[in-house]
Amino acid sequence: MKMIQCISPKTGGTLEVLGMDVDTRQREIKGRLGVVPQENNLDPDFSAYQNLLIYARYFGIPKREAERRAEELLTFMQLEEKRDVLIDRLSGGMRRRLIVARALINAPELLILDEPTVGLDPQARHLIWEKLRSLRAEGNTLVLTTHYLDEAERLCDRLVIMDHAKILVEGAPADLIREHAGSNVVEAERTPAVLTCLDEFGLDYDLAGGAIQVFTDHPHDVARELLETCRHEAVTVRPATLEDVFLRLTGRSLRE
Amino acid sequence: MIDITGRVWSVWRRNRDAFLKTYRVNFIPPFVEPVLYLLALGFGLGTYIESVDGIPYPVFIAPALVSISVMYSSFFECTYSSFVRMYYQKTFDAIIATPVSIDEVIAGEMFWGATRGMIYAALMLPVLLLFGVVAMPSSLLLIPFAYLAGLLFATIGMCFTAITPGIDALNYPAFLFITPMFLFSGTFFPLDLLPEPIRYFALAVLPLTHVVSINRAITLPAFAPANLISLAWIAVATAFFFVLAIRLMRRRLIV
Repeated sequence: MKMIQCISPKTGGTLEVLGMDVDTRQREIKGRLGVVPQENNLDPDFSAYQNLLIYARYFGIPKREAERRAEELLTFMQLEEKRDVLIDRLSGGMRRRLIVARALINAPELLILDEPTVGLDPQARHLIWEKLRSLRAEGNTLVLTTHYLDEAERLCDRLVIMDHAKILVEGAPADLIREHAGSNVVEAERTPAVLTCLDEFGLDYDLAGGAIQVFTDHPHDVARELLETCRHEAVTVRPATLEDVFLRLTGRSLRE
Repeated sequence: MIDITGRVWSVWRRNRDAFLKTYRVNFIPPFVEPVLYLLALGFGLGTYIESVDGIPYPVFIAPALVSISVMYSSFFECTYSSFVRMYYQKTFDAIIATPVSIDEVIAGEMFWGATRGMIYAALMLPVLLLFGVVAMPSSLLLIPFAYLAGLLFATIGMCFTAITPGIDALNYPAFLFITPMFLFSGTFFPLDLLPEPIRYFALAVLPLTHVVSINRAITLPAFAPANLISLAWIAVATAFFFVLAIRLMRRRLIV
């Protein structure tokens, strides 16, 4: 991510952003990118509005234009009421929203977001998602990294799952789920009886801690077998998610 | 190669805006400091000292007070304050995501440090005039010269900021470099009183000696050819530390 943003030097290969080489045209690239960094680096010496104005100055945006855009973006991110409030007095969600507003100050052609909703409460996350979706609807290109797979599922048209710096799979969330997990997951408690039962039917299953997961496109049949034939009681059926895909592809062991 | 364009001023303006937001606090030291020193040292201790080389003691220390104030304000701006912006506030990280280069961020910080020194000198001047310890109109030169002197201390400070492991370690240059300079740079007694080797040592490595001697030439006024040597020393050292600070900072920040 930092290499795309032209902050870290390229470690190897070739890298072009918006058709420009990152080694030679850094300023041009940075001028056309919007960046939402993972950590909050808003300027604590200034208010929300001043943060936007000062940031606009780094892009060489004329004052009038900057003022107009700053007001617009505060409204867009629902921060008008916090216009003159210092950063320290803003909640985590407001700070994140302000960072998104700041990243939009130069009307970027490409918006890069590094874990945009990390550590936020559900309301704050949903508001950010809503704003990102409306940006996408307006035709903006967003590139985001996230560990929240529900976030990826909601926001991405195309996604890449990476593990240990290698690309594992690539595609639209729905396609990936269909391909790597099936439409549904049937979950049951992990007991010897259930295991024998599944073996009898010749069904593939995954072990997930104290549970057994069967990935299938025919959840009702599987559930019926478990409930009726095996007389097992605790069986749940749910749609497969990107998280299932991720765990199946990268394994369940902790990655430090 | 150092990559600096007009964008350097956007960094400078950020710091100016922050400074002006808290101007009430920032404007107190340049008014209070000279009054305290002049009363305590100039007119208190000074009663026992009739004159130094034929100069009344308060008049002797007045240019030193300006020099010290410039040193403190520029040096501390580019050490503790810059470190806080760089390390705790992540302000530098935020700026280099824009078309502003890392070199411009560091240069902008140093230009601002110098400006702060100049502002302090300008604010002290009327107080010193009130006490009648500096001559006019030559003393107006204190102001532009404070920018150059300020830049010298700002660039030196930035070098320490670039290599310090943490904010506490900045106490080392503050106590081991700045404090000795405050006392042994011809500030409160003439350099001539120092044993010869120490005097040469002071002239060679304590930047404040050169700043004090030029400021003293300005306020008396009494210019001498030696002032040109001091001026050259300051110009060369400033250029050297300016480049060094940027290189060290690149090494620290580009990962």
